[in-house]
Amino acid sequence: MLFPDHDKTVETLVEKDYEFGFRSNIDSEKFPKGLNESIIRRISAKKNEPEFMLNFRLKAFAHWQKMAEPHWAAFDYPAIDYNDLHYYASPKSLANKPKSLDEIDPELKRTFDRLGIPLIEQKQLAGVAVDAVFDSVSVATTYKEKLKKHGVIFCSMSEAIIEYPDLIQQYLGSVVPFTDNFFACLNAAVFTDGSFVWIPKGVQCPMDLSTYFRINEENTGQFERTLIICEDQASVSYLEGCTAPKFDSNQLHAAVVELVALEGATIQYSTVQNWYPGDKKTGKGGIYNFVTKRGKCLGRQSKISWTQIETGSAITWKYPSCLLIGDESVGEFYSVALTNHHQRADTGTKMVHIGKNTRSTIISKGISAGSSHNTYRGLVKANKSAHGARNYTQCDSMLIGDTSVANTIPYITTTNKHTVIEHEASTSKVGEDQLFYLMSRGISLDDALATIVSGFCQDVFQKLPDEFALEANQLLSIQLEHSVG
Amino acid sequence: MLTINQLHATITETETPIIKGLDLTLEPGKIHAIMGPNGSGKSTLSKLIAGDEQYTVTSGDIQLNGQSILEWDATQRALMGIFLAFQYPIEIPGVPNDEFLRMAYNAKQKHQGLEPMDPLVFQDHLQNVCQQLSIPESFLERELNVGFSGGEKKRNELLQLAVLKPAVAILDETDSGLDIDALKHVATGIRSLRQPTNTFLLITHYQRLLTYVEPDYVHIMMDGRIVETGDKSLAMALDKSGYDGFVSAR
Repeated sequence: MLFPDHDKTVETLVEKDYEFGFRSNIDSEKFPKGLNESIIRRISAKKNEPEFMLNFRLKAFAHWQKMAEPHWAAFDYPAIDYNDLHYYASPKSLANKPKSLDEIDPELKRTFDRLGIPLIEQKQLAGVAVDAVFDSVSVATTYKEKLKKHGVIFCSMSEAIIEYPDLIQQYLGSVVPFTDNFFACLNAAVFTDGSFVWIPKGVQCPMDLSTYFRINEENTGQFERTLIICEDQASVSYLEGCTAPKFDSNQLHAAVVELVALEGATIQYSTVQNWYPGDKKTGKGGIYNFVTKRGKCLGRQSKISWTQIETGSAITWKYPSCLLIGDESVGEFYSVALTNHHQRADTGTKMVHIGKNTRSTIISKGISAGSSHNTYRGLVKANKSAHGARNYTQCDSMLIGDTSVANTIPYITTTNKHTVIEHEASTSKVGEDQLFYLMSRGISLDDALATIVSGFCQDVFQKLPDEFALEANQLLSIQLEHSVG
Repeated sequence: MLTINQLHATITETETPIIKGLDLTLEPGKIHAIMGPNGSGKSTLSKLIAGDEQYTVTSGDIQLNGQSILEWDATQRALMGIFLAFQYPIEIPGVPNDEFLRMAYNAKQKHQGLEPMDPLVFQDHLQNVCQQLSIPESFLERELNVGFSGGEKKRNELLQLAVLKPAVAILDETDSGLDIDALKHVATGIRSLRQPTNTFLLITHYQRLLTYVEPDYVHIMMDGRIVETGDKSLAMALDKSGYDGFVSAR
């Protein structure tokens, strides 16, 4: 063959399938479908939760029943029947929680191996501790002991509720109260697991922490809850990844993430979201990713930085936000959202300036291919107290092909004259001329497109931890394969 | 080396004929120049050879060393040794020049069954090429053509040419928009890249470039065809008479 390696021409390229669409054959214990008080009591009992936690859930549920599902986002989806979902699914082998990593069901280990998340500490990326969540429960958390020596707590939320009830009572719901919104309220009532991180005063967490979420069961909602607290002058870098098998039905993922940064503390939270996006041709199936993520910069000179690479899900609806309360605190949001085929994304951030001389930066890159819709929606708000607040926002959209849609919807309000808010936006189209230029240098069509998109996202990729930057780049090229020509 | 035989081609979208029965043979070790008035199809010809799908070949053939290239896409043609220095080089934001060059270089290595070049070794190689062409090394870390002046863009094309060492190098009006110093740099570059095994096709409006790079052949293109082939004296005659004069003399 004249071009042995040249298998990526438009004619011959077979579209790459969602890589993580397999389902593991794992015996699981599921609660019956339906959402009511008795299910919530069962979840709480299953987890041996203290009374305060059950009360928290029940109050949230009572409130949720009075709420209506919001529909203001830039997409439509069929009504969700909340009584047709399972709210708890757990591998049976985890009924008695394994005491060490060696005791974990080999099939579960294999699942995480296939996802590139080995649960054996020796095999892992050096310097990253992982909490692996499978359906409703945390399977394992690595490097716990090592972290403990530094005073860092990193464990599953279920464990934290039992082991550290004071911290939980103080902080759970303190950033995202259950009254906040419909999906956060549902989460407060039925959440099953997630990760808990506490970094004590003055400690720079010695390794990156990471949670990997895997949905395996069909018709099961995943409602996890993550809480990260950084005390004075402490810092942590946290990574989140997620995948799910292919099902024709839609699965609901309604997570809540709360971050608290005290004086001089820094939290960097990075997400690579690769939930199953639904069928490429019909748009059937896929995850509804309705997530509430918010950080509170409580202390003076604290800093919270959100970086997200969103490539998956049928619908993504999330706005990782910062409440800049402490004077001179800093909020950052760096986002790449790529939609292809029939995906819908309505994502952005909220930066609420409350303290004096607070600063925020927003850089958002939206890429829409196929028949997808990609919306940036962002709020920048400066309160009366936010003397000297500054914001810089840059929103760039890139269109690939003729049938994709990009929107930018900024909301800017300030009630203080002494603030500076800048907003820049651009929309571009990947040109035939750009593709031809790169191809005329011997670069294949797919690589040319990936190069152009990766260049477009450079400002954001630079903000990612190293091992994530590479993964993000690869993820984008896989998602984009065959989207031109 | 490259043989074009009775080529007819149209703009794909409108089916407007642009190339109308063109014959041309590029010989190894030689420098060919094509001159012609605006709208004679010179740029179209260069893009056609490079594989731009905005144009469609309706009949005739283009062969590289006896093999038809018409079924190959732009990538494949480049891998087989065809290179086009663009009249208007394209900007690719966020992609560093040196990384782009390495990607292109390694794509070629891979095609030839060779190992990719080590990044550090490649960086040294790039610095050498820059020196050889009197191109500032700061070119390497800049984003591909972004914020480059017209002259810098042209010199960046030459840098790519020097790194990729194609068998067939087509330079589409690389001289236009250059001041006299930049023109001399480009001309010196072309002369230094000349090899017995490669061929150059310079497309130009003016005789100016050709005083610095002496062509072996000058071809006059009009209305989609090569109407006259000669040596450099043809270019000089044309410079005096102009294209109108040339037409009426014929």
